Amino acid sequence: MSTQISPAGPVPAGPHPTPRLRRRNPQRPAWEEPPSFLGQLGKGTALTLLVLAVLFPMWSVVVTSLASRETINDTGGMVVVPREIDLSAYFSIFSGGTITQAVWISTLVTVAGTTVSLALTVLAAYGLSRPGSVAHRGLLFLFLGTFLIFPGLVPSYLVVTGLGLKDSLWSLILPSAISVFNLVVIRAFFMNVPGELLDSARIDGAGEFRILWTIMLPLSRAVIAVVGLFYAVGYWNAYFNSVLFIDDNSKFPIQRVLQSYILAGQSPNVSGSSISLPGVTAYPPTLAVKMAVVVVTVLPAVIAYPFVQRHFTKGVITGAVKG
Amino acid sequence: MSRTDVPAPSPADQHRSAGDGPADPRARRRRRAKRPLGARLRRDWPLLAMVAPAALLLLVFHYLPTLGNVIAFQDYNPFVGDDPLEAFLYSEWVGFGNFEVLFRDPLFWDAVRNTLTITAFQLVFFFPLPIFLAILLNSVLSGRIRGFVQSVVYLPHFFSWVLVITFFVQMFGGAGLLAQEMRQAGLEPWNIMTNPDTFIILVTAESVWKDVGWGAIVFLAALSAIDQNLYEAAAADGAGRWRRLWHITLPGLRPVIVLLLILRLGDALSVGFEQFILQRDAVGRQAAEVLDTFVYHNAIATQQWGQGAAAGLFKAVIGLILIVAANKMAHKLGEQGVYSRS
Repeated sequence: MSTQISPAGPVPAGPHPTPRLRRRNPQRPAWEEPPSFLGQLGKGTALTLLVLAVLFPMWSVVVTSLASRETINDTGGMVVVPREIDLSAYFSIFSGGTITQAVWISTLVTVAGTTVSLALTVLAAYGLSRPGSVAHRGLLFLFLGTFLIFPGLVPSYLVVTGLGLKDSLWSLILPSAISVFNLVVIRAFFMNVPGELLDSARIDGAGEFRILWTIMLPLSRAVIAVVGLFYAVGYWNAYFNSVLFIDDNSKFPIQRVLQSYILAGQSPNVSGSSISLPGVTAYPPTLAVKMAVVVVTVLPAVIAYPFVQRHFTKGVITGAVKG
Repeated sequence: MSRTDVPAPSPADQHRSAGDGPADPRARRRRRAKRPLGARLRRDWPLLAMVAPAALLLLVFHYLPTLGNVIAFQDYNPFVGDDPLEAFLYSEWVGFGNFEVLFRDPLFWDAVRNTLTITAFQLVFFFPLPIFLAILLNSVLSGRIRGFVQSVVYLPHFFSWVLVITFFVQMFGGAGLLAQEMRQAGLEPWNIMTNPDTFIILVTAESVWKDVGWGAIVFLAALSAIDQNLYEAAAADGAGRWRRLWHITLPGLRPVIVLLLILRLGDALSVGFEQFILQRDAVGRQAAEVLDTFVYHNAIATQQWGQGAAAGLFKAVIGLILIVAANKMAHKLGEQGVYSRS
């Protein structure tokens, strides 16, 4: 089996290579016995439950975030059946205050971090994609060694604070900027690009940077998109590094704020005291505000997800399974 | 990215050295090695320049702290110098003193025990689930349904731990949906989010919810690589559904299962940091203190730097031994393992 990515782009990840056989059902191979009714029923039930287990909590959170005070009082908490759409919770969290700021901070860290990570990872992956170049083996071991050797929490903390990064947003970016896993995925892709392409570019006088920019990057757009998503999700979701390095609560990222409202049980202090939009209750219910924060935290992942989903399989198995 | 995603170090190199086409690197390497270093440097400096920034970051934020573990042998005091380096130079060396204190601390052993219990529990109740899911998904003939289910079950992998635990709190917590319904039905609501006795089930359920779909990807890929003719031949010989599963599907998945098992064993002392630090206070130290949270609470929160580093170093060394040992075992069993023998 070969799990190499072909440079022409990701191959569709269908797990069913359909055998070329005469078929009764266009999708069922001829030798396979027809399924039993009970088997079908069991399978259907299992898959339905699985999908519901993921979607139901999300549904309930969204509906509650849109519920009015009366609805929440009636149901006694979380709402399952929507009665109306009341956006006051969203107005209140985006009218300035802690949550708006946290969303800004997280967006800033995510955008800056993803840019830095992606640029450095692609450069290093290309630099390491030529066996036989100067110091190639040593450098490769330097990168792969991070899988075996872990620095530990205390010395890492001391290094970051020692560099004066405490309470700087860079402390949320630089220590985790390079994921060697992602680097290996991109490198494997680069190494699979036919050598003739590079040779012909070199004959035409292109330097390494130019080859990377004009040949490698256009060929590997898909894998870079997936790696970019992994990085972005990582930055958006990071929670604990802000506990370690950020004490200034005007620099808290959204995950930290979510944690303090929901898990530590603080009340959201939204600046909603004076909003007077037409048709909007002045004080949105606390639970709706909390759930609105959850929705805002989930949203980026859910939006970005469909765009790269079809590339996952290739990206994951290149790194994880041996061909 | 979770630890289980750690890639095999060199699949690409192996493919290369198998000699695919004109870019055979062995030939190229021999040719390159003949040139003097100066000429190679002149040719390769752009490559080195490209690697440099990333390598620098790793050196500073990964390898420098690794060296920094020597403070495990010190009575490290950050206040004897202006910066950590100076403090390190002026701190007193205590040999294995920190380890002695640590190993006499019953709380440390509680944390070790909790960690190993949770690892063992998840090995039994979490590890096989992605395999089942992959086999189940693989048996669904309709591509539409399969694609839809896959999209849905992969999604929670992209949620942060804060979010995952929030969802569980809103569903099963004291003020959650379940408790609410039970109260309305006149029952005594139970709150599994703060119950130390069922904590191990709770964390496993959270891990399953977050990662079962994602874990299945690798197995789905391995399933699609199994030769379909084997199934046909077996069916012709009269093997039923279950025999085919046992004699073809499972052996086909074996290399991947062994690989992931090794990675999990090598990582036996980590059970997911954020998940536990987020719930430790709700559930209590007794059930929820694992090695990583122990290091945090006994080092950074209480400023016992030397002891914290000692606990971290203990964990790193055991982890390294475990992964090397597990890999050796895999080679003995005739599997490829994480890295090759060479």
